[in-house]
Amino acid sequence: MTVPKRIGKIRFGLISPQEFRKMSVVKIITADTYDDDGFPIDMGLMDPRLGVIDPGLRCRSCAGRPGECPGHFGHIDLIAPVIHVGFAKLIRKLLRAVCRDCSRLMLLEHEKVTYIEQIKTLVRLGQPTDDLVSKIFAEARKHKTCPYCGAPQQEIKFERPLAYIEEGHKLTASDIRDRFEKIPDADIEAVGMNSATARPEWMILTVLPVPPVTMRPSITLESGQRSEDDLTHKLVDIIRINQRFQENREAGAPQLIIEDLWELLQYHVTTFLDNTVSGVPPARHRSGRPLKTLSQRLKGKEGRFRGSLSGKRVNFSARTVISPDPNLSINEVGVPLEVAKELSVPLIVNVRNMEMIKQFVRRGPDNHPGVNYITRSDGRRVKVTDKNCEEVADQLETGWKVDRQLNDGDIVLFNRQPSLHRMSIMAHRVKVMPYKTFRLNPAVCPPYNADFDGDEMNMHVPQTEEARAEAHILMRVQENILSPRFGGPIIGGIHDYVTGSFLLTHGRKPIDRQGAMELLKKYDGIDLPPPAGTDDSGEPYWTGKQIFSLILPRGLNLTFKADFCPSCDQCKEENCENDAYVVIRDGNLIQGTIDSAAVGAFKGKIIDRVIKQFNPTIASTFLDRMTLLALRGIMLSGFSFGIDDEDIPPAASDQIKEVTRVARENVEKLISAYNAGELEPLPGRTLDETLEMRIMQTLGKARDSTGQIAGRYLGLDNSGVVMAVSGARGSMLNLTQMAACVGQQSVRGERIRRGYADRTLPHFQRGDLGAEAHGFVESSYKDGLNPTEFFFHAIGGREGLVDTAIRTSQSGYLQRRLVNALQDLEVKYDGTVRETRGMIVQFRYGEDGVDASRRDYAGPENVKRIIGRVLATEGR
Amino acid sequence: MLNEAEVEEAITSLDLPQSIVAALREGLFGVSVTKEQLDQILEQVMADYDHAKVEPCEAVGVVAAQSIGEPGTQMTMRTFHYAGVAEINVTLGLPRLIEIVDARKVPSTPTMTIRLTEQYAGDRDLAREVAWAIESTSILHLGSIATDLAEMNVLIELSPEALVQRKITAEEVAERLGEEMRLSVDQPGGGNLLIMAPEEPSYRELLQLVEKIKKLSLKGIDGIKRVVIRKEGDEYVLYTEGSALKKVLQFEGVDPGRTKTNNITEIGEVLGIEAARNAIINEATDTLREQGLAVDVRHIMLVSDIMTCDGEVKQIGRHGVSGEKASVLARAAFEVTVNHILDAAIRGDVDDLRGVTENVIVGQPIQLGTGDVQLVAKR
Repeated sequence: MTVPKRIGKIRFGLISPQEFRKMSVVKIITADTYDDDGFPIDMGLMDPRLGVIDPGLRCRSCAGRPGECPGHFGHIDLIAPVIHVGFAKLIRKLLRAVCRDCSRLMLLEHEKVTYIEQIKTLVRLGQPTDDLVSKIFAEARKHKTCPYCGAPQQEIKFERPLAYIEEGHKLTASDIRDRFEKIPDADIEAVGMNSATARPEWMILTVLPVPPVTMRPSITLESGQRSEDDLTHKLVDIIRINQRFQENREAGAPQLIIEDLWELLQYHVTTFLDNTVSGVPPARHRSGRPLKTLSQRLKGKEGRFRGSLSGKRVNFSARTVISPDPNLSINEVGVPLEVAKELSVPLIVNVRNMEMIKQFVRRGPDNHPGVNYITRSDGRRVKVTDKNCEEVADQLETGWKVDRQLNDGDIVLFNRQPSLHRMSIMAHRVKVMPYKTFRLNPAVCPPYNADFDGDEMNMHVPQTEEARAEAHILMRVQENILSPRFGGPIIGGIHDYVTGSFLLTHGRKPIDRQGAMELLKKYDGIDLPPPAGTDDSGEPYWTGKQIFSLILPRGLNLTFKADFCPSCDQCKEENCENDAYVVIRDGNLIQGTIDSAAVGAFKGKIIDRVIKQFNPTIASTFLDRMTLLALRGIMLSGFSFGIDDEDIPPAASDQIKEVTRVARENVEKLISAYNAGELEPLPGRTLDETLEMRIMQTLGKARDSTGQIAGRYLGLDNSGVVMAVSGARGSMLNLTQMAACVGQQSVRGERIRRGYADRTLPHFQRGDLGAEAHGFVESSYKDGLNPTEFFFHAIGGREGLVDTAIRTSQSGYLQRRLVNALQDLEVKYDGTVRETRGMIVQFRYGEDGVDASRRDYAGPENVKRIIGRVLATEGR
Repeated sequence: MLNEAEVEEAITSLDLPQSIVAALREGLFGVSVTKEQLDQILEQVMADYDHAKVEPCEAVGVVAAQSIGEPGTQMTMRTFHYAGVAEINVTLGLPRLIEIVDARKVPSTPTMTIRLTEQYAGDRDLAREVAWAIESTSILHLGSIATDLAEMNVLIELSPEALVQRKITAEEVAERLGEEMRLSVDQPGGGNLLIMAPEEPSYRELLQLVEKIKKLSLKGIDGIKRVVIRKEGDEYVLYTEGSALKKVLQFEGVDPGRTKTNNITEIGEVLGIEAARNAIINEATDTLREQGLAVDVRHIMLVSDIMTCDGEVKQIGRHGVSGEKASVLARAAFEVTVNHILDAAIRGDVDDLRGVTENVIVGQPIQLGTGDVQLVAKR
């Protein structure tokens, strides 16, 4: 797609009164808007020359209809000049730096020359000039008499919001304007202003531009009453005061009244520009709501800059709830039929695709892969309906654009907010499906950080060939398996995928022919290997490891420790009795169990190796097959977790009770030692802190040992243990809390101390330092908590919730700042990293020029592998 | 067979980063390699290195920002944590990361890790001596302070053991106090009791004097509130609460090459901007690692480089990098919208529309990544 016009640069400046008049299409003199018939009044605030918003009318300036006409500015001639609030500070500085008599900048000629040089240098280097300009103003202010005319300078006091007082007299806006008019251009340059685009007298308004009606549309309420925009209200005020001012002045009203009116005019213009100036009471709507005037429209998150200009709204998008479908490829997304019928992909008719497109058109808009609209070569759009589809299909000519409904295989972008990293938007292939949710393979949940508890996601359909090509090459899921954050796989097995792989490959359980067929029935072209052996009745059997080997690519060699490896003191490697030492030779799983260290998201070593040794396509096929196999694997043995999985034998609960009893006693001993003054303080800690730390330690250890006791009775036949051990979900700590003991509840890393005077709850003695009085929960979730324990647990839980709430806002702002500071950086063709000015930030990206997601190719491991490979082959 | 010198020459003649060169040396020295094998190895290493290089036009900045920002959501908010030493609190997690990126003048918990020279590092007593010398000693470390309302006196009772331990005599204490408070100090009988009286015998003056005396640092470095000694491996390392790099580096026994502080601005002032850059990288990496989050150094380096690339440590945000951008529109779209536009008008600024935000605003393709590629076709 070519960009028809390119904006090269944008120059900022002040607008002179002459220019305001030149760009104005009408002088506004009356504060009225519409007449009784509802037509805009001429020379009023809704003058039809300012543009139109009512349907049926045409703009008197450009003859455009509403929507076509962008609107045109008008103007109001202010009877007396007023100050622009935004420049109040600068006006103050200038008044103090400029002679009150001859209006020259009070610096010596040679100083001005050097300062102008310095400013120019800074501008050329793209550096900020603020500090230098402040210094120049400070220098100029030092002169007590003008070096040119010798007039003594008077102190100028500034009073909020907008009064400049010299020798006890308030300077009027006209006085200031008169002084500024006389400042020579050269002097203006010396204070960092550009005399061509910003004469200082332009900071004092004599003409007020009236924004076009298109940016302050009035809305008609249901009652037929018109409700005007805030800006219009403010303009009405300005015109009214302006008129009254004029009448009074012409009538020769006393000075006091004139001054009051002038101040009122200043107030209205000020609030028109900015309604949040400190010291100025904000202008209010009749209802008491402060008006939203010009600068409020620009500021903030929903303002013009961040809300309307940096954030665009798009067509060809859809949003709905997501749900899982493990039968989809990771590269696919299931799209509801209703969505597919609404969204479309443009096709340009040519000689080759004419027949194919005709068939689509003949299907009309209601038979799924049909057509919604057709744009003819003259630009006219035709809606395709059931009735006209045959006719339109016959008329079809080359060069027409046909909006074909979304179909299987189309490429779309899929996104989940918050979009924290680039993997939050990836390209998927469409798979049109029944029902109303987007479907995705759970293996792609980690990059989106999605789950299926009601999450919604967005889909966008690229409309040009370039966009589709970029999406396909750069954004497809398989191209984003490796995260640029740490160079490892971010897509991989979660939950049941890990459990399934674990159950399938752990040990050497025999699987009979039927079982093996069941596991493999979703695959084409896979032959069953020779059986691992025969059982007692002579039937052949296979092992889970053999079956898993079938989905591994040939040529893959890998050895690593599984996630559940207990890290023995002396690793027995291939003789590991836990089956935790994984050995893969030429794509055959010889040894070990597949768990989250092998196929899990973030740490799956097999995925990592496959994508780096082979390519993304092989890796995505592997993932697709792994997800299917893992689910078949989990179905083969069956898997569930229920309340009775948390049961432990009475012997275990007795032991646990004993442990907690001993811990409580130990805490009591510590307390009595503390009370007797026998406790040795830790270096650098007070006695109180020491006691707290020791108690926390004791209770922490007690919780751990209860967990170990429970763990001894819960083996791999327990589903919870399988999930925790394989890294699928949860941890042994969670199991401990459910089955044995919840443990100490804490607020800010300390035991709970707040509550009543000298005690946490009225159930305890004052000054009780014991375990249960400060939030130690001895019960397990299964047994249930007693009332005080429950309350302490709620305290701890609440802290967690507050923590998350604060963290999201803080890290969101951190992210926004980081992105804003770094977004313009780019690697240039010479390998340097530069920002927009061309300033070099890094001479070589990351000191070695290596892409973080491909860093392993330039790592020592890879070098070792290459050396090994070359030396081995040559040696033979 | 090639000898080591020949291998070395072949390796160093190539444009490879040091990590690869080191790996090649390690793998090839002491192994018999033929010329052909070496060529083959180097060819493959070069090919892989080429494959690993970043592509031109890559938007590395955004990737770095996302790579650091995204794990932020997973970090803990708990401000205090005991890192390494149980006795000293250090800010960790998200607050610490924000602090680093903010380029605060003083971190919320300044600490130093002081390593000692060989002679001192192995000796517990020598290490303790350095610690006493560095640690700021106040009157409360040496004894107790009390007021005598009848006499309008301040009574300071020094403990003889503390005096010996901290290597200071009662006379020295008296002298310091007299100097700092500009008052005469009575030491009846040259013992361990010091008596001082305020200039005017008023209750208020008396209490103020007590507060002043309590705050006074009698010995050691002002600002280093506590020093903790810990044995790491076979050397003693000092950890401090409070930081004063410049003064600590001058102490006898302190190894200036291995001593560091977590105050980045201070490092920048004492050791220069390159040291500050490395300090940002180290601090950020440590913070992320402590949380168990893997982030490639390259991303952290880029953040560190943009913060330090014009010679002073600048904040990531309105008062630093973002506030000094060339483009008016980019600045206006970040924060303090209106002021940026008003100032731009006064200066007559020109926006060249090279950055990302500006082009999004005017609705043009951005000049980055695939938007920065220009192809010239031959007709």
